[in-house]
Amino acid sequence: MLAFKLALKNLIGAGLRTWLNVFVLSLALVMIVFQSGIIHGWDLQAKIDMTEWEVGGGEYWHNLYDPYDPLSLNDGHGSLPSELKKLYNDGQAVPVLVTQASVYPEGRMRNILLKGIDPSQNIVKLPASLMKGDSLVINALIGNRMANATRLNKNDMVTVRWRDANGTFDATEIRIAGIFHTNVASIDNNQIWIPLDKLQKMTGLDGNATYIILKQGITSAPTVPGWIYKGHDILFSELDTIIKSKSIGGLVLYIILLSLALLAVFDTQVLSIFRREKEIGTYIALGMTRWQVVRLFTIEGAMHSILSVVAGAIWGMPLLYLVAKYGFAMPKATEGYGLTIAEKIFPVYSLGTIITMTIIILVTTTIVSYIPSRKIAGMKPTEALRGKVQ
Amino acid sequence: MKTYIYLIIFLLTTPLFSQPSGKEILNLIDKNLTARTRIMTAKMIINGARGSRTIEFKTWAEGEDRAFTEYTNPAREKGTKMLKVEDKLWIFSPSTDRIIQITGQMLRQSVMGSDLSYEDMMEDPDLTSHYSASVVASDTVQDRKCWVLQLNALAEGEAYEVRKIWVDQERYVPLREELYGKSGKLLKRTQLSEVTRIQGRWFPMKIVYKDMLKAGDGTQFIIVTIKLDEIIPENTFSKASLK
Repeated sequence: MLAFKLALKNLIGAGLRTWLNVFVLSLALVMIVFQSGIIHGWDLQAKIDMTEWEVGGGEYWHNLYDPYDPLSLNDGHGSLPSELKKLYNDGQAVPVLVTQASVYPEGRMRNILLKGIDPSQNIVKLPASLMKGDSLVINALIGNRMANATRLNKNDMVTVRWRDANGTFDATEIRIAGIFHTNVASIDNNQIWIPLDKLQKMTGLDGNATYIILKQGITSAPTVPGWIYKGHDILFSELDTIIKSKSIGGLVLYIILLSLALLAVFDTQVLSIFRREKEIGTYIALGMTRWQVVRLFTIEGAMHSILSVVAGAIWGMPLLYLVAKYGFAMPKATEGYGLTIAEKIFPVYSLGTIITMTIIILVTTTIVSYIPSRKIAGMKPTEALRGKVQ
Repeated sequence: MKTYIYLIIFLLTTPLFSQPSGKEILNLIDKNLTARTRIMTAKMIINGARGSRTIEFKTWAEGEDRAFTEYTNPAREKGTKMLKVEDKLWIFSPSTDRIIQITGQMLRQSVMGSDLSYEDMMEDPDLTSHYSASVVASDTVQDRKCWVLQLNALAEGEAYEVRKIWVDQERYVPLREELYGKSGKLLKRTQLSEVTRIQGRWFPMKIVYKDMLKAGDGTQFIIVTIKLDEIIPENTFSKASLK
């Protein structure tokens, strides 16, 4: 206890030097908690958005459909089997048909995916009901990213060209009936949504679908021949990979931040031992063993971390709370990345991360404090008393 | 008297009999344009929104199914090679030193931003076996009298269900072609000109492709040299020739 009291007294006595170290350490701690909170918050928000807008409670894919292979769209569709048709009729699922097409906004050609969905659906948040209305015109829905890329506005007419199931070209004008705003880029970028029955008629694929979205909360997924069930674990796997890679990237930042802070503590310790040789000699002359003095200096260094946790809590907590309340605005450019990422991320701080980081800082600070303090064990007290450099 | 009546009837009906049928015209077109093999150097002038650019290349083609193209200019495209065998297409890009296979729908994609698709560029469509034809009118194109032929696909699966062709009445070379979608919407227009006598055939040396849904002046395809029915070594159409 004496060592702790003495260490604290010495630390406070060192004044600005101590507080600078404490601030740098606390900065590292707060930054790490913030960064980890942002990634965790992004992960949670993205999964909620994807569930609500895109994947619902899971999906059934036609066994030849591969979203990463546009060529699979030629054959990756089929008639709804009775099990899935029943789910659709009961309002528990909605089929989606996908085909490749080209759109010609302002006379420029752009390759897109034309997707058909039932305008009466309420399985996902896509405002499909906007496509209802005049049966003579094909009412279409696009996302804000697609609208920005093509400079299309509500009620604009635009030409779309596609090929039917036999490969024959056709083209028609469609009306942009609505522009939706979503964080889920994968239902927006280069995509146009039109009523399912119209797309089926246009392509000659009556009753066909590429995939079926299940309602949230459906837990049982029967085996359907020719169709493959994709649960959240598979549908979120791409996002999980991105989050994982971001977390690893974050880890590098943590190491850099912590190394800088620990370097400052190490430097302070080295300087402290060099400048306080007389003091060390006095401790030993007064009866302390060399290892007791080593322990005293180690505790002194390690106390930086305790003070940094306190300081981090004092200035960091209100700051982290405010960010969690009002969100962290993401740059506008992230919209075009094709990732599910909100305009504002609300960080989610994990108690586990805070405790882990506190322990890591405490342990690493103790180690870097101990390393230069070992020199004391080799000092001659008489020389130290005289202040002779050893 | 009877003889005179027959003579008058014959003279009046002669113009009707002298008009060949759609199928006959198609056969004559195919005779002119279809060759067992073609070796040509050509250039493509792509007129886009940001100006125009010219791409030069050499093509070796055999029938409809096999074609090998090597780009020679500009420097950025030089060395890029394409091999088409049936419905498969491989592209070799020297910058990546890799061969990439493109199949199915991708064959219908635009070639380097032009109004031509890979199919348009590499196909030598034998119209007779794919379309039924009927003469629907007469017209004048490029100061030449033309038959206007309407072609309807014989089977499902043709890229264009309906085509209209303006065929030179003397030389049996199409001077204009229009391609329509299933609903009757005009999708592409082709203007053929500079018809030249090559190895006893009439051949258009300049073709302007225009995607009617796209803004711009279309893409010019200019044949610089062409040799028909030459022997092409078998290994030209192998993947080994890409590298």
